[in-house]
Order: sequence, then structure tokens, then C-alpha cells
Amino acid sequence: MAALELSDVRKVYGTGDNETVALDHADLTVGDTEVVTLLGPSGSGKTTLLSIAGGLLSPTSGSVRVGGHDIEGYSKRQLTAFRREQVGFVFQQVNLVPFLTARENLLIVAELAHDTKEATAHADRLIEELGLAHRRDALPGTMSGGERQRVAVGRALMNSPKLVLVDEPTSALDSKLGAQVMELIVSEVRGRGTAAVIVTHDRRITSYADRTVEITDGRLAADAVTA
Amino acid sequence: MRLALREMVRRPGRFTVAVGMLTLLAVLLLLLGGLLDGLATGSTGAVRAQEGELLTFSATSRDSFVRSQISADTRAAVDAVPGVRSTSGLGVTLVGARVQGREEFENAAVWGYQGGVRGVPAPPPAGEAWVDRRLEAAGARVGGTLRLGPTAVPVRIRGFVDDTSYLLQAGVWVSPAEWRRVTATVRPDRILPPGSFQVLSVDLASGAAPDSVATAIDRATRDGATGATSTLTKQAAIDAIPGVKSQRGTFTFIINTTLLVAAVVVALFFALLTLERTALYGVLKAIGASSTQIVRGLFVQAVVVAAVALVIGEVLTLGLGAVIPREVPLLLEPGRAVTSAVSVLLAALVGSAISVRRIIRIDPATAIGGGA
Repeated sequence: MAALELSDVRKVYGTGDNETVALDHADLTVGDTEVVTLLGPSGSGKTTLLSIAGGLLSPTSGSVRVGGHDIEGYSKRQLTAFRREQVGFVFQQVNLVPFLTARENLLIVAELAHDTKEATAHADRLIEELGLAHRRDALPGTMSGGERQRVAVGRALMNSPKLVLVDEPTSALDSKLGAQVMELIVSEVRGRGTAAVIVTHDRRITSYADRTVEITDGRLAADAVTA
Repeated sequence: MRLALREMVRRPGRFTVAVGMLTLLAVLLLLLGGLLDGLATGSTGAVRAQEGELLTFSATSRDSFVRSQISADTRAAVDAVPGVRSTSGLGVTLVGARVQGREEFENAAVWGYQGGVRGVPAPPPAGEAWVDRRLEAAGARVGGTLRLGPTAVPVRIRGFVDDTSYLLQAGVWVSPAEWRRVTATVRPDRILPPGSFQVLSVDLASGAAPDSVATAIDRATRDGATGATSTLTKQAAIDAIPGVKSQRGTFTFIINTTLLVAAVVVALFFALLTLERTALYGVLKAIGASSTQIVRGLFVQAVVVAAVALVIGEVLTLGLGAVIPREVPLLLEPGRAVTSAVSVLLAALVGSAISVRRIIRIDPATAIGGGA
């Protein structure tokens, strides 16, 4: 089963003369263990696509299936539950909760779902795997950029998602740290047999993906296999 | 909810300003409430202590004790009204009283009564008085002498009674004859003939409806030769005491305004906090937090801020109450503390609710940079 299937998806902002087509008849299928980079310049519509795939935005038209579930008709409440249970996000700005420790930033996902029984052990395992055992009780303000990124990756994996959506993971990092972060993301995702869509404007990181799809002015170009 | 509490534990400094301002407002509220209670208690104790459910004034007195005069004939007419079990005569004269061994005058309300006053034993013999405990602080002692009025009529203090003040003046409870004697030295123009009193305290027969009996009493005296009456329930008589209604209205207005200010302080504080947290709330929504969960956290923080402010405010108010001069009629009662606490908590909830709409409108898509 595909992790993500977008069929003829359009997203239009505004109406009449002010109409802007952010995504134009997009079709994209991501396999259940596939890592895809979505490459495009600023304003190309790649973040819109990521937002629609993650249930943050609703498409103007078209079909969106994540893990076999049609989500385009979901209510706000259903979308909230969907995001909590089915997808993981790694945001561009990392966006950890500043007053929670590394471990608590992972556990927040389980707390939102009122499911903390097995979450503690799961969070501890992730912290170990991410090499953050010595920093589990550190607050984000005391961590390095790389450590924060690792916590963000751990948070995205806490709910064992079918699809991980990653937004510009290297934009704020130097090339060396960017490479480390990409290796971490891809190895963690692959290690769990999870699919991922990584949005970027940095062509260098496409080498980490199974496949790269380019997007320009809201249109997806032909797929290219890169790995 | 845990998230909200953790933020308060880890970043207490962020909430200090709100707690500080609410603490000051809580102190103000508790002091205002205490003053209102002190004034009300000190002004109305003697009337509240009446066991009679109705009080009958003369119609021309405008429900004032000192202007009222009920003759023996009028009393007989009242006694004959169905539903009236018994009546008890009352009279009051405000005088200066000097405690034995002291030079300064204390304010006293000398009551002549025939009985039927809760907490006050039967009228004492001539030359003796039951004295309100307010005068104990001024040096009065059981067995000591109190000198009443300009001619220093001496009365021996037989014992103390509680909560029987009138117009913030300590109640001095004497026999009707003693009262007439004291009144003659202060207001010779207001001496009432034997058998007459200023007011009747009316005890009702079992099952009689106070309002109906009050109407019946005034109807019975309206057309007779004995003098018309105005009969009030005890609560109405309390409200008719000079200043009581306006004091209550004024203090209630100030208290409500303070509560409004408390709600506005909380509203502004949490509106700013919400504005500052817009990005964080966007991220939380993106990873699956519902608006309800975030709003619940906001309410929890508002309640904790208010509760901490109330505890500190209560301690500060008790401290102030201990050092405040005894002339200030401050009465700090648990009931008032509970009412103030509930009011402040509600004000905090209402104030924080102002941010609910903003929280609901935060778009989780902002976490990921919108439609780039």
C-alpha cells in the first residue's frame, strides 16, 4: 500500500483576479518505505504540497490518500487526530517546545493522544538511538543545533507514523551539519520501514532519497530515480 | 494540561507580573469586603439580634428608631392583630460612654428593651447593663462601671454580649427605666411616657406569614386613634438603618469594579502570552493538539495564577488586619474570603477566555511555513 497518493490535486488561493494557483493538478505516489525529495525554488508550491499531505491544508480539488485513508473529506477534528496518529513532521525551524526537556519533547506527542503507557519506554529507546541519552533532560535552549534537529526527528517518529514529512531540514545548517542531519533522517526513516517526503530547495540533499520530484509553479515534473 | 503546568514550573518568571497584579487586586478585594462586612456588622448587630421577625415603627418616623414613637394604645392594637404572638418594646439613645479609669469617651448605643434579643439575657436590674464586647477593647471589664451621657449616669457592667452594635456604636443593654433615665440626660425632648417605646419587636405566631401580618398590623393602626404604624421585616429594618444601603451599594460597586479590573488584567496578560505563543501553538496543533487541549491549558494557567495570587493576597490581608487600627471596622470572615476567591477565579477564567477565539483561529499550517 502506498504511503501517499495525491491524484489531480489543486490548491488555489484567493478568487477572481486575485486567484493564485499554488498546486496545479498534482499527481504523486510515495511507496510505503520510499524516501522522496521534493525539489523546487521558493514559491514553487512544495510546502503547500507537504501541508496537504500532512492534513494541515485542504486541497481545492483532487484526492489525498495517506496510508490508504482518504483525508480530503476529513473534518478539522479528524484531521487533528490524523496528524497526531498517522504522520510525523520535522519542521524547518525545528520548533521544539522550549520549556520541555528533550525527552518531554518526544513524550508530548503521546500526551496529546492521552497515550503515555508505552510511550515512556518508546521515547527512551528513541533518545538512545538518536545518541541523545546524555541530553535527555536538557532543555532546547542548552542544546546545539544538531541536537535539536535530532530531538525534532525523534518527535516525528514518536507516533510510529506511516509517513514522515520533512520541511527544509538543512536550510539553517552548514553543509557538514546538513549532511549529518540528512543521514540521520534517512537512516531513522529507513530503519523503521517508513516513507518520507523531504521538501528542499537544496539539490545536494537529493542524493539521500530514493527518488526526487521537481516542482515548479505548482506543477510536478516527471519523477527521477536518484538512488 | 501537564504542558501548561510544566511551563509554569519551568518558567515561573513569565507569570510573576500577572500574579503580582492579581495579588494586589486580591488584597484590595479582601480589604474592601472586610470593610463592608465590618461596617455592616457594626451598624446592624442590634437589629439583627432581635428575635421578633417584624419591627413596627410609627408611620411618621420614616422607619427611624430615634424618630419613632409607639404608644401603649398602639401596642395594644398591634398585640390584637391575628398572627402576632407577642411584642417587645425597644428604644435606643446614642451617647458618649466613659469606661472606668479612662478619660476618653467611647461611642455607645443605649438600648432599653424588654427581652427577645438574641444573645442578650433578660433586662438587668436598675443600675446595671449588658455591654457589647467592642467596649472590652476600650478597657471595659465585667463588674466595672460605665458612665453614660453628659451627666455620667453610672451603670455596672454585668457581662459582655457579642455583635449587638448599632451605627458602629457599642450596644449597652439596660432596662426600659434605665434607658429613660439616660435619655433624659441626653435628649430631654425625646423622653417617652411610661408604656411607650420607640419601636416594637413583633414575634409571630407559628405559621404566620411575616408580610401578611405586617400589612395587617399597619391596616389595624391606620384608621384608629392610636397612631398609624409602618411595620417592616427585620431585613427591611436593617436596610432602613441610616447609611447601610448606601454603604453596601458603594462597596459592592467598588468590589465589582475591582473584579472587572482583575478580569481585564488577566485578559491582557493572556492575550499577550497567546500572541507570543502563536508559533508554538501552531506547532502543537500541527503535531496533533486540539484547540480544546490548548484552551484547557490556558484556563489551567489562569486558575493557577489566580489561586497563587489569592493565597498570597489572603496572607497579606491577614497580616494587614493584624496591624490595622481598631477604629477601622475591618472584619475578615471565611465566608468573604471564599466569595472573593470564587469571584477572582471566575474573573480570571472570563479574562483568559478572551484569548480563546485567537487560539481557535491559529492555523496549524503556519508551523510549516504556509503556502510557499
